[in-house]
Amino acid sequence: MKVVVIGAGVVGSLVARELVRHDFDVTIVERMPDPGMGVTRANSAIVHAGYDDPPGTLRAELCAMGNSLFQNVCEELGVEFKRTGSLVVAFNDEEKKRLDRLVKQGEKNGVPNLKLVERNELLTMEPHLNPGAVAALFAPTAGITEPWMLAISAVENAIKNGAKFLPETEVIGFETKGGRVRKVITNSNSIEADIVINAAGLFADEIAELAGVEHPPIHPRKGEYILLDKAVGRIVQRVIFPTPSEKSKGVLVLPTVDGGTLLGPNAVDLPREHKNDLRTTVEGINEVREKALLLVPDLPIHKTIRTFAGLRPETPQKDFYITAEMKPWGFINLGGMRSPGLTASPAIARYVVEYLIEEKFGIKLQKNEKFDPVNNRINHPTAGSVEKWDRLIDEDPSWGRIVCACNEVTEAEIREAIKKGARTLDGVKFRTRAMFGRCQGGFCTFRIMKILSEQLGVPIEEVKKSVDGSWVLDGHVRSDNT
Amino acid sequence: MRRVSTNVLVIGGGAAGMAAAVGAAERGVKVILVERDDRTGGVLNQCIHNGFGLHFFREELTGPEYAERFQKMLTEHNIDTILRGHVWKPLFDENKVWVITASGIWEISYDALVVTTGARERPFGALMIPGDRPSGVFTAGLAQRFVNIENRLPGKRALILGSGDIGLIMARRLTLEGMEVVAVVERLPYPGGLERNVQQCLVDFDIPLLLSHTVVRVEGYPRLQKVWIAKVDEKFRPIPGTETPYEVDTLILSVGLIPEVELFEGSLDIHPKSRGIKVANTGRTNRNNVFAAGNNVVIYDLVDYVSREGFMAGKHAAMFVENPDITKELKRVPIKTGENVAVLSPYWFEPVEDLRLYLRVSKPMEDVILRVKPSIYEKRYERVAPNEMISLTIKADRVSEETDRIEVEVVTNV
Ligand SMILES: Cc1cc2nc3c(=O)[nH]c(=O)nc-3n(C[C@H](O)[C@H](O)[C@H](O)COP(=O)(O)OP(=O)(O)OC[C@H]3O[C@@H](n4cnc5c(N)ncnc54)[C@H](O)[C@@H]3O)c2cc1C
Repeated sequence: MKVVVIGAGVVGSLVARELVRHDFDVTIVERMPDPGMGVTRANSAIVHAGYDDPPGTLRAELCAMGNSLFQNVCEELGVEFKRTGSLVVAFNDEEKKRLDRLVKQGEKNGVPNLKLVERNELLTMEPHLNPGAVAALFAPTAGITEPWMLAISAVENAIKNGAKFLPETEVIGFETKGGRVRKVITNSNSIEADIVINAAGLFADEIAELAGVEHPPIHPRKGEYILLDKAVGRIVQRVIFPTPSEKSKGVLVLPTVDGGTLLGPNAVDLPREHKNDLRTTVEGINEVREKALLLVPDLPIHKTIRTFAGLRPETPQKDFYITAEMKPWGFINLGGMRSPGLTASPAIARYVVEYLIEEKFGIKLQKNEKFDPVNNRINHPTAGSVEKWDRLIDEDPSWGRIVCACNEVTEAEIREAIKKGARTLDGVKFRTRAMFGRCQGGFCTFRIMKILSEQLGVPIEEVKKSVDGSWVLDGHVRSDNT
Repeated sequence: MRRVSTNVLVIGGGAAGMAAAVGAAERGVKVILVERDDRTGGVLNQCIHNGFGLHFFREELTGPEYAERFQKMLTEHNIDTILRGHVWKPLFDENKVWVITASGIWEISYDALVVTTGARERPFGALMIPGDRPSGVFTAGLAQRFVNIENRLPGKRALILGSGDIGLIMARRLTLEGMEVVAVVERLPYPGGLERNVQQCLVDFDIPLLLSHTVVRVEGYPRLQKVWIAKVDEKFRPIPGTETPYEVDTLILSVGLIPEVELFEGSLDIHPKSRGIKVANTGRTNRNNVFAAGNNVVIYDLVDYVSREGFMAGKHAAMFVENPDITKELKRVPIKTGENVAVLSPYWFEPVEDLRLYLRVSKPMEDVILRVKPSIYEKRYERVAPNEMISLTIKADRVSEETDRIEVEVVTNV
C-alpha cells in the first residue's frame, strides 16, 4: 500500500515513522530543504502536561497521551527531552481560583501528580520568580524538547526503515479517479498513492482544497520570542506560565534543552495570506519583554542572542482537525495543529495508523519485521567525558577540530550532519547547533560553508542558507577578476 | 589525554596574546600559547589595510604585517604555539585547562595564566531589529573573511550599520572590490570610529554617513531586499515619520564588540558595565596567578595599546612564576570612574608598576581637564570624544602610599 505524507513537520514526520513500523510504502514530500522547518521550527518547544485543554477535545486526549509517549520516542530517536515540570503562576486570588479549575480539568484529562504550591515553596523552587506570586500549579510531567530535531530524526529513522524523503518538493495537485486519490502531483514529479496524509501545517487547508476536501480555513497567529544566551545560566528551572487567558497560554519564561532561556510568545492574529510572515515586530518584542519581566524581574535581556517569530495554524473551531475522508477515499487531514500539537505528535502518529487507517479505512496492518526504532544522534562529544572524546579524536582527528566555538561543535559533527542530509547552512545549524550560539555564526559560518562546499562538491557560492534564493555569496572580488 | 606543564599559559593568540607570550618569555620562563584559529594574529589577519604599529613600531603596517612582527618574536623565543586548539574547560582551582586539538585533548598545567581571548562582534540577533530573518545580514568580520580570504563578495548593494572602525574600513573595501555601499548608518550623533577612517573610507569615496540614524526593520525572504532606517532621538528611539527604505541585498553590521569572557565567568570578576575582565595595571585579575589583556578587558581602538598591555600582563605573569610570594603583600588601590568617564581601565592600581590609564569619555566635549584624584595627575584637552580612546601613563611614584582610592574624571575647564 502506497502512502504519501505531505509535510515533514513534527506531525508528518512522526506519522511517516509510525507507518514504516508496518508494511507501507511511504513517501514523504516536503517543500523545504529539511524536515521541521515550518511551524515545528519556531515554537515554545514544550511538552505540555495536558491540563490546558477542555476535556473531550482531541487536543486534551492526544496531549495527555502524547506526553506519556514522549520520553520513549525521544530515547529511540536520540532527541533531547527533559522533564523539567511546569508552573502556572497566580499573582492574586482571582488567578489562584483559576488554578483550582485547571487542576480539576487536568485531572479529568488524566494528568498525573498535579499539585498546588504556595508562595514559600514556590519561591524556593524558583528563586528568580517575581516575589509577588501567591501560588502556582505545579505539573511535574511537563518538559522541554527540540522540536525540529524530532522531525529530522523521525524522517531519518523513517528513511532507514524504507521510506523515501523528497525535500524541496512542493505538492501542487492531485489526480483522483473513482472516488480515490491516485496520484500526488508535485512541482517536480507525480507520485502514486493509495493513502494521502495531509500534514502540511499552516497550508493544510490549501492542500485539502487541492484534493476537493473540506477543511476549515487556517489563519496564522503569530508568536514572537526572545532567546537569551546560555551564559545566563539556569535562571528558571522549569517552564513558567502566567495564569492563562482565553486566547493563549500567555508569555512564558522557560529553559531550552541546550541551556538557553526562551521568552515568549505573544499572540497576534494575522490574515490568511500571511502564512509566510515570520517578521518580528517592535510591539511584539516589547510585549514579550515586558510580560516576561513580570514573571522573572531580573532577566538579563541584554544577553539576547536572537529574536524570532512562529506562526500557529489556527482554525475557527480551535480543536485539531483530524479526519479520515471517504470522498476521495484515503485522504487524511491532520490540520489545525496549534499547541499542543508538538506534545500530541507521537499520539497523533498512533491515532492515524491504528485508528484512522486500520479501523476507519479497514486496512489490516502488517508488521514490518525489520523495523528498527533507533536513530543515532550525531555524537556531540562535549556532552560526554574527556576520555571518551580523546579516544574519538584518536580514531579521527576531525573530532578534535572545533568549528563552532560557542556551542563547541566539531568538524566531525558537521560532516556527519551533511552525510545525514544537510545541504544548507540551516540544515547544519538545526542538526548540530553550530551557529546557534551567542555569536550567531559570526565565527564559524565561513568555515561551515567551506566544509559544505567541499563535501557536497559544489562551488562555495552555491552554498545557501536554506531555500532557493537564500544565497550567501555573490561574485568574485574585483581584484580577483582582473 | 596528553599532560604537559608550563610556567605561563596564554589563551588566545591575537595581538594581546602574542605580546603576552613574548613578554613572559623575555624573562626566561617557559610559555605555551594556545590559539583556536589556523594561525596566530586574531583579527589582525583580517585587517589588510594600513594603520597598525605607529606607536609600537613607529611604522605604518597592515594588520598581517603587524602580526608577522610578533609571529617572528614567538619563533625567536621558542614559544610553543598550539594552533587550532580550543580551550574547553579552565579548571582554575587546579591551575590547569583542557585543550581540544586534532591531535587529542591536552591537559596543560600552569603556574600563571594569561587570558587574551579578545572580543566577538555583536550579532544581528542581539540588536532585536524587527522584520524578516533573511540571508544577507552579516557581521563585518564575517564579510571581511568572505572578501579577504575567499575573494568573494557577499552581495551587490550594501548598507552598513555602525560606524566603528571595522564598519568604515569595510565600506571602503567593499566599494573598491566592486560593491555599491549606499550608506553607513550610525545611531550616535558622532562617528564611532577614528576621524582619519571617516575621511579615508567614506568622504574620499562619497559614501554618506548618516548620524543619529538606525536600522528599524529588515525586509526580504529568502534574501534581504530592503532595509528601513530612521532618525533617532537622543535616547536612540526612532522618530516616527522619518523611516526611509534602502533597497539593498546586504546589511553589514559593525555594531560593537563584546569581550569574549564567557569561559571565565564565575571565576574571574567581570566589569558590570564594560563586560570585560577586571584587571590591575599589571594585568592581574581577581586571581593572583591569572592575568588578562586586550579586548577581553576593554575594547581598545589601537592595536598598539593592546600589545603594550599584553606585554605587561606577560611580564607580570612571569614575575609571579619567579616569585609567587610577591602577591603576599600585594597592595591594590581601586580606580573609580568619575564624571563624564564612560569606560575606564584598569580597575585596580598595583604600585609595582606604572599606571597606564585608558578611558573613553561619555560624550564629546571641548576644553576639558582630565583629573586623576587625589591630586595625582591633571591634563587639559582641547577636544575629547567617545570614539577616541584617551591613554596616559602615570609614574607609579606619583601615587602616594596612603592613597586608598583613585578617581578619574573629565570636567569642563573653568
Ligand atoms: C508560537 C507557537 C508556540 C507553540 N508552542 C507549543 C508548545 O510549547 N508545545 C506544543 O506541544 N506545541 C506548541 N505549538 C504547536 C506546535 O508547534 C505545532 O502543533 C506543530 O509543530 C505542528 O506541526 P506540523 O507538522 O503540523 O506543522 P509544520 O511543522 O508546519 O509541518 C508542515 C510541513 O508541511 C510542509 N508543506 C506545506 N505545504 C506543502 C506543500 N504544498 N508541499 C510540500 N510540503 C508542504 C511545510 O513546509 C512544513 O514543513 C506551538 C506553535 C506555535 C506557532
